[in-house]
Amino acid sequence: MTTNLETAAHPEALRRVAIDPVSRVEGHGKVTILLDEHNKVHQVRLHIVEFRGFEKFIQGRPYWEVPVMVQRLCGICPVSHQLAASKALDAIVGAKHVTPTAEKNRRLMHYGQILQSHALHFFHLCSPDLLFGFDSEVAKRNIVGIAEQHPETAKRGILLRKFGQEVIRHTAGKRIHGTGAVPGGVNKSLTIAERDILLKDIYQMVSWSRDAVHLVKQLHHQHPELYNSFGAFRANFMSLVGFDGSLDLYHGRLRARDENGKVLFDGVDYQNYSQIIAEEVKNWSYMKFPYLKSLGTEKGWYRVGPLSRVQNCDFISTPLAEIERRDFVAYSGVMPMHAPLGYHWARMIEMLHAAEMIKDLLHDDDILGSELMATGERGFEGVGVIEAPRGTLIHHYRVDEQDLVTMCNLIVSTTHNNQAMNEAVRRVAQQYLHGHEVTEGLLNHIEVAIRAFDPCLSCATHALGKMPLEVEVLDAAGLNLSTLSRTSEGVLS
Amino acid sequence: MSELDKFAPSPLTPLPQVGEGNEVKKLKVATTSLAGCFGCHMSFLDIDERLLELVKLVEFDRSPLTDIKHCGPCDIGIIEGGLCNAENVHVLREFRANCKILIALGACAVNGGLPAQRNHLSLATILEEVYHAQHGLVDGFIPNDPELPLPLDRVHPIHEVVKVDYFIPGCPPSGDAIWKVLTDLLAGREPELGHGLIHYD
Ligand code: SF4
Repeated sequence: MTTNLETAAHPEALRRVAIDPVSRVEGHGKVTILLDEHNKVHQVRLHIVEFRGFEKFIQGRPYWEVPVMVQRLCGICPVSHQLAASKALDAIVGAKHVTPTAEKNRRLMHYGQILQSHALHFFHLCSPDLLFGFDSEVAKRNIVGIAEQHPETAKRGILLRKFGQEVIRHTAGKRIHGTGAVPGGVNKSLTIAERDILLKDIYQMVSWSRDAVHLVKQLHHQHPELYNSFGAFRANFMSLVGFDGSLDLYHGRLRARDENGKVLFDGVDYQNYSQIIAEEVKNWSYMKFPYLKSLGTEKGWYRVGPLSRVQNCDFISTPLAEIERRDFVAYSGVMPMHAPLGYHWARMIEMLHAAEMIKDLLHDDDILGSELMATGERGFEGVGVIEAPRGTLIHHYRVDEQDLVTMCNLIVSTTHNNQAMNEAVRRVAQQYLHGHEVTEGLLNHIEVAIRAFDPCLSCATHALGKMPLEVEVLDAAGLNLSTLSRTSEGVLS
Repeated sequence: MSELDKFAPSPLTPLPQVGEGNEVKKLKVATTSLAGCFGCHMSFLDIDERLLELVKLVEFDRSPLTDIKHCGPCDIGIIEGGLCNAENVHVLREFRANCKILIALGACAVNGGLPAQRNHLSLATILEEVYHAQHGLVDGFIPNDPELPLPLDRVHPIHEVVKVDYFIPGCPPSGDAIWKVLTDLLAGREPELGHGLIHYD
């Protein structure tokens, strides 16, 4: 399934072109391309260039701090981290089941997050490529250009995102880095006044979301040759699926399929994720490369996120999104859709589903309830998994008798997609760059492929270490940084 | 009343009017994220539909929202995040050299923020522990490709490396706070954050 463009045989003889930074994505990454004198492509890599050390410095902190700390990994999907951590830590406080009010407020917060993040990704970041063309004028290829040429589209994008952020504010207390979810439940429920404010606008949001699905669908139908083949490669895919087989972004069991859509495993309790997933390291990226253990590193990599979820579930529980899902499945035919640009279509179907879910939850009186917390027998280890906007997000903690965290392992959505994104950019390099003079417009094609995954390179930089160890000299006035080096034997000094 | 009018912007500072015969030269604004989580950029977008007003008065240079990869001469530079690697230092210097006014946006840029929690640990200790202990990792080793920027042994706030003109606290500062500072600067006023706009969480 893989191209052979990961590592060139003789890199020293080749010319390097870099896309640095990758723009209109969330976070920090760069692409390097090695070409020979005939512009033939020999190597393409998407590098994640930053690290944070999160999994280490969370150790020794009291567990109740964790949900508010971990969300600072990522300001785009803080709610996902807060919820995945809270779900993991429910096991520590012994809350086998949180109360209906807690679960529904958490879901509301989560669907608000899906709505805002999907709107941001599609309207603010990607619509310029899709509406103006991949090699359109650089100065116009952004949300400001969209606001000038397609003002209604820009406004709707901004207001859909705003609505999602307001759902988060009312459930979490703050639009970014709120505090709503806590181990064992939530710290507030919705008030009647808050519910009524959100109810006022939700119908408009459902209808705009449906229009957005139709817009992407139209793009696919207008340019099938481009949309079906751009950067396309076949891969396994994985996601949570609800206990009844429905698309469920908050809770469920793990299911994976192979490139033909055949089920590889199903009904896996995510507490056992480490029995099915392992990770490897490559020397040129801080982001690790996960794979399904049963298939090994070569064949076991997989895709997560909207394209996987919409095709992995058996149905969607909300009516308008289900109509769109069927349409999507019918369009791809017997085989699953693998085209990266299909992500946009699937993403908008999910945005519609999120809007419908918000509408239903706002009509459910449990959301106003007062039983917020559950407890039970104290536990010492927990795994929380959620489908974040970009895909499956895994949090795993161990906590000691003193309530301090002793172990933390995070596999974020974008990390699952690491190999897949690298494959996509290599395909695009083969399809468009190979043998051509490199231009800005051609390079943007590479970024278009990356953007389709909606990578959150911000989340992906949490991972600890795996960094080159060389002396760093910082010559700013007044700064006297100690330096670090690694001997050839790998000894640190 | 159209559907969109229901979302009236909050009644904060009015923008200077751009009208016929009153063409204002657009100010150039560049933004970047260093060792931050993008939450401050998201909060910037939380000015919501006021963004459509803002772009009548400013033009974005380098920013995660545009495809301009290097900062050119600008009136205002906005920095999210502190410094955790050599690349961050390089980008920060590029911003300082090009921007007349430089703003530290949010806790990470102001004092290092959450990423600076690694500062009490030595990089070598962190590495060695994780290199040997990471859960679920098969054949771990340390990536060493020259394409990866060198990490600093501690995370630094940006004012330790360049002169900073304004600091906006908060994690993140609210969209309203960012709007207030920008509109004050656009109107030629000294920015001021009143009650309710200044907070540290
Ligand atoms: S200050 Fe807070 S919101 Fe801003 S980048 Fe840092 S962690 Fe994110």
